[in-house]
Amino acid sequence: MEKATEKWASKVNEVTIGATEKEGGTRSSIIKVGGANTLPFLHFEGVIPNPPVIAMEVWDMEPPDWPAVLKKPFVDVLGDPVEWAKKCVNEYGVNFLCLRLASTSPDTKNSSPEEAARTVKRVLEAVSVPLMIIGCNQAEKDTEVIPPVSEAAKGENCLVGIAVQANYKTITAACQSGGHSIIAESPIDINLAKQLNILISDMGFPLEKIVMHPATGALGYGLEYTYSIMERSRLAALQGDRMMSMPMVNFVGQEVWRAKEAKTSEQEAPQWGPIASRGPLWEVTTAVSYLQAGADILVMCHPKAIESVKKTIKELMQKE
Amino acid sequence: MFVIGERINGMFNDVARAIKDGDKVMIQELARKQIEAGADALDVNVGPGAEVPLRAMEWLVNTIGEVTDVPLAIDTPKFEVMEAGLKLCKSKAIINSTSGDREKLDKLLPLVRRYNASIIGLTMNKSGIPQTAESRAEIAAQIVTSAQEYGIDMNELYIDGVILPVNVAQDHSREVLETIRECKLLCDPSPRTILGLSNVSQKTLDRSLVNRTYLAMAIACGLDAAILDPLDNDLMNSMITAELLMGKQIYCDNYLEAYKKK
Repeated sequence: MEKATEKWASKVNEVTIGATEKEGGTRSSIIKVGGANTLPFLHFEGVIPNPPVIAMEVWDMEPPDWPAVLKKPFVDVLGDPVEWAKKCVNEYGVNFLCLRLASTSPDTKNSSPEEAARTVKRVLEAVSVPLMIIGCNQAEKDTEVIPPVSEAAKGENCLVGIAVQANYKTITAACQSGGHSIIAESPIDINLAKQLNILISDMGFPLEKIVMHPATGALGYGLEYTYSIMERSRLAALQGDRMMSMPMVNFVGQEVWRAKEAKTSEQEAPQWGPIASRGPLWEVTTAVSYLQAGADILVMCHPKAIESVKKTIKELMQKE
Repeated sequence: MFVIGERINGMFNDVARAIKDGDKVMIQELARKQIEAGADALDVNVGPGAEVPLRAMEWLVNTIGEVTDVPLAIDTPKFEVMEAGLKLCKSKAIINSTSGDREKLDKLLPLVRRYNASIIGLTMNKSGIPQTAESRAEIAAQIVTSAQEYGIDMNELYIDGVILPVNVAQDHSREVLETIRECKLLCDPSPRTILGLSNVSQKTLDRSLVNRTYLAMAIACGLDAAILDPLDNDLMNSMITAELLMGKQIYCDNYLEAYKKK
């Protein structure tokens, strides 16, 4: 029987994260995401030059709401982003980190932009893997924090975020001057996603340095909505819509570890099974679903979940 | 939608003058402007007043070929002029056009494979332009069958339902829209559909309004391509909006800009 294959008009942009000495940075490796000219993992139909990648989260403070099962793998380093980053790289073999400047939030420590910039510099000195840097996800505070942070990381070609409609001008200008790529986020709304890409592009920021975050719903908490937006976005990219041709990122860990399924003890919910595996499984299932929707970057937390998804990616990237 | 820019046509005074004077700069500027405005291809027509049509066509094709490699629609009823244009065309050529007459089909369809060109087929013949959609579709079917006999792919064939001016042949507007729909049903995959849009507004008072309204209607019927004036900004905006309303692209507030940035 003849395989019915599709020939798409266009492909996803390829975004590079990290800069080695040759490129003016100090990273020991770079990461490339995107570039596919067909739907996820359909190797018989096209070329998928880069596998999806996983970034492990590192916070600049001890996460106040993380359950014990998630804190356990990092118990000795949680308060120190430098040691935490080193542990991720050296012990958990991670090659891409997401530094979350959570302490800058007015709801936590409200730490200053200068402190945040210092933290970024220290982490960049401590590890040599490519870096994603995000603020506290409060639009106004981020406009104060991201510019000095971007400057502190200048030349390293980080993936910096998060730009939303309310603050994209400042974040874009910061990424432009720091030479970084940008995360553009929309609230599970494909029309706003496209609009934000245009607005960022209108500032002269190259389309090829934008990564889209369509907002992430954990399994049971809106996964389907994000999934369908990602599917439509990916199809539009392949059909030639340059304003939707960006690689996509999902913040899986962030969403999953808020869910009660990940946090509730076995005493409270015996029918849910052992808590040690429940959270990681929730994270794995959410992540793998998004791989199918076209996720190019997964930001995850638990080492066990990351290991499992890494294996899955390897299998899915095997050509027939 | 595939847009063929119509402006390099000797029936326009400025183009006729440029051909007469050998004014390359004018033609090349016109080519560039149309492409910038969104033309995917350019129609090339020496016009009725050209002294030596064959030389004029060669000159136009060479001149345009110096500044762009977009497809060129070689627009002439004369076979020798057609061949002359096809021979010199360095980019993809579109044969504009054949009718449903057997003699014309047998002369022009072989050029498709020979020059690796596309071809526009008008749903008319020696008897003239049919009144109804059914009669047009019949001629379309004959063109399709002939094309298939010559081994031509359906995506290299554009069926033109031959729109007439609304001020003298008002009934034809509806029939041509229906013809576009019928062409989609001829076979699978079906041939593409095209219109020489400006014909609908010949000698009307607000040509732009008539053109863009008809284009939107035709897009709703599934029109794939059109020969039109891309320098008419309102027309291009209507085209983009009609395609948006047909779900051809994802909406965003700046959808016009998004389309033009392609």
